[in-house]
Amino acid sequence: MVRPSRRGVLLGATAALLARPFAAVAQSPLRIEITEGVIEPMPIAIPPFVPDAPGAAETAGRITQVVIDDLVGTGLFREVPRQAHLGTISNFDAPVQFADWRAINAQALVTGAVGASGGQAVVRFRLWDVFAQAPLGEGLRFDGPAASWRRLAHKVADAIYSRLTGESGYFDSRVAYVAESGPKAQRRRQVAIMDYDGANATTLTDGASLVFGPSISRNAGQILFTGYESRKPGVYLINAGGGGRRRIASTEEISLAGSFAPNGGQALISVSQGGASNIYLADLGSGSARQLTRTSAIDASPSFSPDGSQIVFESDQGGAQQIYVMGSGGGAGRRISFGEGRYATPAWSPRGDLIAFTKMTGGRFHIGVMRPDGSGEKLLTASYLDQGPTWAPNGRVLMFYRETPGDSGGPSVYTVDVTGRNLRQVPTGGFASAPSWSGLLA
Amino acid sequence: MRGTRILGAAALALMLAACARQPIDTGQGYSGGGAGGAGGIDSGMIGTGGLGGGGVLPGTNIGDTVWFLLDQSTLSAQATSVLDQQIGWLQANPGRIEIEGHADERGTEQYNIQLGARRAAAVRDYMVSRGIPDSRISTNTFGRARPIATCADESCWSQNRRAVTVVAAGAGV
Repeated sequence: MVRPSRRGVLLGATAALLARPFAAVAQSPLRIEITEGVIEPMPIAIPPFVPDAPGAAETAGRITQVVIDDLVGTGLFREVPRQAHLGTISNFDAPVQFADWRAINAQALVTGAVGASGGQAVVRFRLWDVFAQAPLGEGLRFDGPAASWRRLAHKVADAIYSRLTGESGYFDSRVAYVAESGPKAQRRRQVAIMDYDGANATTLTDGASLVFGPSISRNAGQILFTGYESRKPGVYLINAGGGGRRRIASTEEISLAGSFAPNGGQALISVSQGGASNIYLADLGSGSARQLTRTSAIDASPSFSPDGSQIVFESDQGGAQQIYVMGSGGGAGRRISFGEGRYATPAWSPRGDLIAFTKMTGGRFHIGVMRPDGSGEKLLTASYLDQGPTWAPNGRVLMFYRETPGDSGGPSVYTVDVTGRNLRQVPTGGFASAPSWSGLLA
Repeated sequence: MRGTRILGAAALALMLAACARQPIDTGQGYSGGGAGGAGGIDSGMIGTGGLGGGGVLPGTNIGDTVWFLLDQSTLSAQATSVLDQQIGWLQANPGRIEIEGHADERGTEQYNIQLGARRAAAVRDYMVSRGIPDSRISTNTFGRARPIATCADESCWSQNRRAVTVVAAGAGV
């Protein structure tokens, strides 16, 4: 469905690559196309990054593994296992013996080196088209605190992913979610934040009061959530480090966190008044809020289009939950979901091309996508209870949560490609729900 | 974190020279235990029904809970009969109450919080229509987060779709 551009921007003078018999790769240059068709993952060899100093060996090994995990986790790449390698890379600057890598049918090769000193780490890498015996783009280096080695690895993997797919990456990003523990009837719920792959997970609230539905800002600096610390649900804002907590749009009414506006300075919330719930746009600086919908229905789960011009939300004004789109100034929404069942929790893709949603029909819960005009509906998952999709920074992957039934059941976070392939559980070390995915970090 | 281009080593100078240069960017007046329990909701209410409902008003046999159909907030005849008894008790006993609305797990999170609020509002509206002052009643919602039954079929879900009348400490007896 999606065809990346063929601009040779990343490849420049190396564009004279040979076509090769590889089903999922564009004729030339070496590139994976993210399409509807069945993907044969591209074989890629990622030999251990070379430590520039003996002290960097451990970090080099860890970074190599995260780069491998990021790329293989996309389902678009298959690692040629290390045991199969004929050659080794012991000097980052020595010429590559392409024959060694061609013989094991690696289409792409990543070579890297890692240096570490004084609490800083440096990672350098090059990406090679093995059959063309040529580099794919220039070598790059990233510097950062040694403690942020995972981010350095994600940066490398994002660059490789980007060069081989023509899409921007999504690995150097964070996810806010609710960490859950304890018995089902009395579950402890804490706002938490983790890397996209479940690493570096930290709880940000103490669990003394209930929380729901966090939303992370695009730059991952702030988190909006629904909290019960004043006994009734209200909207709170905290820094990603856990500090700076304050209440937004304080009111006697029950108010729920929605999501950030693209500018980060405003957020959509829903406020219940009597039996109704309406959507408001709250200014995070002043705390003032402007009402956008005026119905006697439950209007909830609002999300901006990436250009900020429109808002998608769910409403049961027609009798059951359906998805509506309105202008950013508010007003009557235009219903876009017309299939069987109930539709909820819409989320606008950062690419603008699709809206993801939860669909409830026939006693099953699905994650699906449709175009902003409601056409092209496609269901990606099905289970006892799937809900709450959130988009990867590049709009190619969705994260959501799936609950298993019964007393011992609970929620876990999953990712799935927008094509419906590559369903994977994100390791969270315990029950986790309501993920919200940031943009790509700077 | 910053990314910069690597300077090509001599051995690769020719190859790198052929590359395009492409930088990358790189507690509000209530006290006492309550419906929240270990989950940490300090609701400050006296709950007699254990985990958020299914009990009785203090010192009575009057049920504290009414139940709803799937995705509904309409009061059934059975529910209004329970509420009529609660109203009788409230007319004899001063003090404040909180109506807590709940939903089953077969719905999305945010909607179910609002559905709980709508159920609580339905109970409050009924009580007000029968003469209980609005000022005595506060409403709250816990969505699907505080079930009283945890199995995965209708026998449990139907118990969780409820509104519970919680009496503030000091009210009543």
